[in-house]
Amino acid sequence: MVTASSRDSRHRELGLTDSEYDLIVDRLGREPGDTELAMLSLMWSEHCAYKHSRKLLRRLPTEGPFVLMGPGENAGVVDVGGGLGVAFKVESHNHPSAVEPFQGAATGVGGILRDVFAVGARPIAVLDSLRFGEPATSERSRYLLERAVAGIGHYGNSIGVPTVGGEIYFEASYDQNCLINAMCLGLAPQERLIRSAAAGPGNLLVLLGALTGRDGIGGASVLASAELGEGDAAKRPSVQIGDPFAEKKLLECCLELLESELLVSLQDLGAAGLTSSSSEMASKGGVGLDIDVARVPLREPGLEPFEIMVSESQERMLCVVEPAHVDDVIAVCERWETLATPIGTVNDSGRLRVLSGDSVAADLPVSILVDDCPLYELEPAPPARPLYRASPPALTGEESAAETLLALLASPNIASRRPVFEQYDPVVQSRTVRRPEQADAAVLALPGGGAIAVSIDGNGRRVACDPRAGAIEAVFECAANLACVGATALGLTNCLNFGNPEKPHVAWQMVEAVAGIADACEALAVPVVGGNVSLYNEAPAGPIFPTPVIGMVGRLPDAARAGRLGFARAGDLIAIAGPFEPSAVGSELGKLLGREPAGELPPMDMQAVRDAHDSVRLKVNAGALQNAHDIAEGGLAVALAECCIAGRVGATVRLPEGVDPFAEALGCAFVVSGAPEALEGLTIIGRVGGDRLELEGRLNLAVSDLREARERGLSGYV
Amino acid sequence: MRFGVIRFPGSCDEVDALLAARRAGEAVILWHSDRDLHGVDAVIVPGGFSYGDYLRAGAIARFAPVMEEVTEFAHAGGIVLGICNGFQVLCEAGLLPGALLPNTSLKFVFRQVDLEVVRTDTPFTRACGDRHRLSIPVKHTTGRFYAPDQQLRQLESDGQVLLRYAPGHNPNGSLRDIAGVCNEAGNVFGLMPHPEHAVDPLTGSTDGLLLFESIRAHVGDGVTV
Amino acid sequence: MAVRARVLVKPKAGILDPQGQAVQRALPALGFTGVRNVHVGRLIELDVEDPARLPEMCERLLTNPLIEDYEIVETGSTEGDGSA
Repeated sequence: MVTASSRDSRHRELGLTDSEYDLIVDRLGREPGDTELAMLSLMWSEHCAYKHSRKLLRRLPTEGPFVLMGPGENAGVVDVGGGLGVAFKVESHNHPSAVEPFQGAATGVGGILRDVFAVGARPIAVLDSLRFGEPATSERSRYLLERAVAGIGHYGNSIGVPTVGGEIYFEASYDQNCLINAMCLGLAPQERLIRSAAAGPGNLLVLLGALTGRDGIGGASVLASAELGEGDAAKRPSVQIGDPFAEKKLLECCLELLESELLVSLQDLGAAGLTSSSSEMASKGGVGLDIDVARVPLREPGLEPFEIMVSESQERMLCVVEPAHVDDVIAVCERWETLATPIGTVNDSGRLRVLSGDSVAADLPVSILVDDCPLYELEPAPPARPLYRASPPALTGEESAAETLLALLASPNIASRRPVFEQYDPVVQSRTVRRPEQADAAVLALPGGGAIAVSIDGNGRRVACDPRAGAIEAVFECAANLACVGATALGLTNCLNFGNPEKPHVAWQMVEAVAGIADACEALAVPVVGGNVSLYNEAPAGPIFPTPVIGMVGRLPDAARAGRLGFARAGDLIAIAGPFEPSAVGSELGKLLGREPAGELPPMDMQAVRDAHDSVRLKVNAGALQNAHDIAEGGLAVALAECCIAGRVGATVRLPEGVDPFAEALGCAFVVSGAPEALEGLTIIGRVGGDRLELEGRLNLAVSDLREARERGLSGYV
Repeated sequence: MRFGVIRFPGSCDEVDALLAARRAGEAVILWHSDRDLHGVDAVIVPGGFSYGDYLRAGAIARFAPVMEEVTEFAHAGGIVLGICNGFQVLCEAGLLPGALLPNTSLKFVFRQVDLEVVRTDTPFTRACGDRHRLSIPVKHTTGRFYAPDQQLRQLESDGQVLLRYAPGHNPNGSLRDIAGVCNEAGNVFGLMPHPEHAVDPLTGSTDGLLLFESIRAHVGDGVTV
Repeated sequence: MAVRARVLVKPKAGILDPQGQAVQRALPALGFTGVRNVHVGRLIELDVEDPARLPEMCERLLTNPLIEDYEIVETGSTEGDGSA
């Protein structure tokens, strides 16, 4: 019997283990051909198959009364009333961005946009969650930051989708492994929503969009039949180049095709290109597909069948069309200057065949590409020793409270992100009710008076301290941001960014974090409708902070009453809403003091916190509060400073007994202000007024000084 | 009174312009390859990234079939408003003086800026009345207005500068803080700021509405410039 | 027989060229001294049957004469060209 070890080891260069290769040979009853090997190596990669995470993700709750489409489709969709659905998802593009941050980030945005319009929704907003090394000491991190922001802006702005929010954290842990997570929301009349299952033997498979080139082939080039000469490296690019203009035309074209009901199903081409989209369409539909790669329009001549099947050229979609509608489809595409090429047919064979004219390059059962991929059990074990070093201290601990507050406001994780978000267009499409820094969540108007709110959050350092509690906090912080603007959470998407899952301590981080997300989702009754996993974010020094990034979408009944971040009126009382028992563990001040990210986070009474969220949301909806801002990094002092800066007004505050102004507990408490009757039952801590922030007995600073420190933080880096 | 808003491949803010114009009158989309203005009373060339900003912003859109009609319409005294990319298209088409260059910062900038209204006796600014300062957002990478010195002096002395960035508000290095200029005849106006994004109190300032109302009032008067 | 031509486009002298300035500032930091007068423009490469029409192409579409200068370089016939 031929086994992996007894033949050439190309499968290893493609990332398949010997046992995986043996499984393939066993299932096929023969060895795979070159094109088949290329296809299988990608479909069985971690990135496509989720070998190490699929079982774990089953722990997450996915059902809820507002779920129209759950995990498994291109994007999840929730019902927002008025016959409308909001589709949304977050995806990572970490590894390509480390290679080429501008294009990596740009094509990350392009990819998530396609996932959203692939279900029939018009993309209406983008958010991005980024992680880099320390900008002060790492030139490479500054370079990645600058280029990634430019790339996100370039793609989002050019295609006319507003970038309305996001977050950035800077930690040495991400120095070798930056994270670029892009989230997109789309809006659709519910009748226009479409699934990706291919259906209808006899129907045609039509490829839409850009020409196919050698983008992203990289690793699979080991299969090339021609010898790679010296000058040939340039012929095999690994970097995908995005073209937002092409995607704009593709987007409008697809939406018009859907409005005209010309499509049976639609799928975008992302990782592993034609291979993954056709496999998944066939698998979901329980059908077979014949694809003739000789019909695929190419950017350059001479691509081999395997190259065409694994190319990651951007801005392409695959659809299934009834023969009677093909001419209409081509006509619509012509109007939008978008190519439409029938490249295959649907049948009931249950097999995926790749033809090149008359010859057969691949003939595989669909199941081997999708279902038969082995799933691995994680073998979690808590770390035996600390995984993450402390940062070099920036403060001694001898500083006054005033100096400490200014240092926190100027620190990269807390400082104003204005230099970043000014590179994004937040208003195109005329829906944006709350722009960056106006409130804790972005707010987009819906037809009819309501609005949706969206936030993206995930403090990796706190998850590193305590994965389960940190993940719970991330979910609650996201929900708190929604409550601040008056929105009820409808659904959640998550991107799980971790190190090497084959290492027990990383597996443990994953298991604990997912358990935390599940617990929080159950407590808040918010289902997970989709998401993404990015593993192997690890350098020789060790893994990144475990970084589950949470994106949440909610609805508020009255856009005009969307909450605001800043204090508004002199004379308003200031209160804390929610149980707040913070500690120094995992805090920004702890980082600046050179403390290790370790220790247990403050325990959270999830029911009590949920009640606090509800209470704040109701008050905001009633128009009773002048502001609502959740207390996050930097603790109460930073939250108060942020409210003063945003409102351009001062405050006088007496800290509650025993509360350290810089201690942290995320997702559980809010700073709110308003008339006394609005704050009944809450802990009053002060009053809005003047032009200084005074924390009695601790500090007294001009709001202009607070602003200056906060605006200084990231300026010069991007 | 009907506005016509052109849609090129790559236009982004044409729907926003349509929604804004509909607050002042009726408005329809004009498709780029359609040689027909369908009898509209005023043409809006909108913002966005027509043709991906390939070659130069607006360089390809200016040759779109519909632009032949717009040129005729403009020569006959018709009202044409170019916003951001639209301003770039009109400069490339020679319907407005000068050119737009990359921002001095070399970055895209979104910012709510204050504009000084230089003249209120034009079809585009007459509704401003006593309002000499407008708050309107800009969002562009290529918005630095340029004209050779001599031409600049002439634009100023001929009263062709209609809007200027208020002191401290120039986001792109435009010469003389110029935010918007009109042609000699005064019927074609281009500006980098986006008035269509300042028409709804729910989403920001409503100062931009004054430009659309100015055009409506002008067309309503039946006066040719 | 077509001619391969290159149109080199650069900002007109006297117009602020922040891209050129940015590049000029960045070079010394990498150890390259003695560099002045940096301008950043654009290259358009095309095969033309009738090179006599190139100047007109430049004036009408390929450049904006108000703000750009250009130079046409003919690099030979396309027949002997080894590239695809």
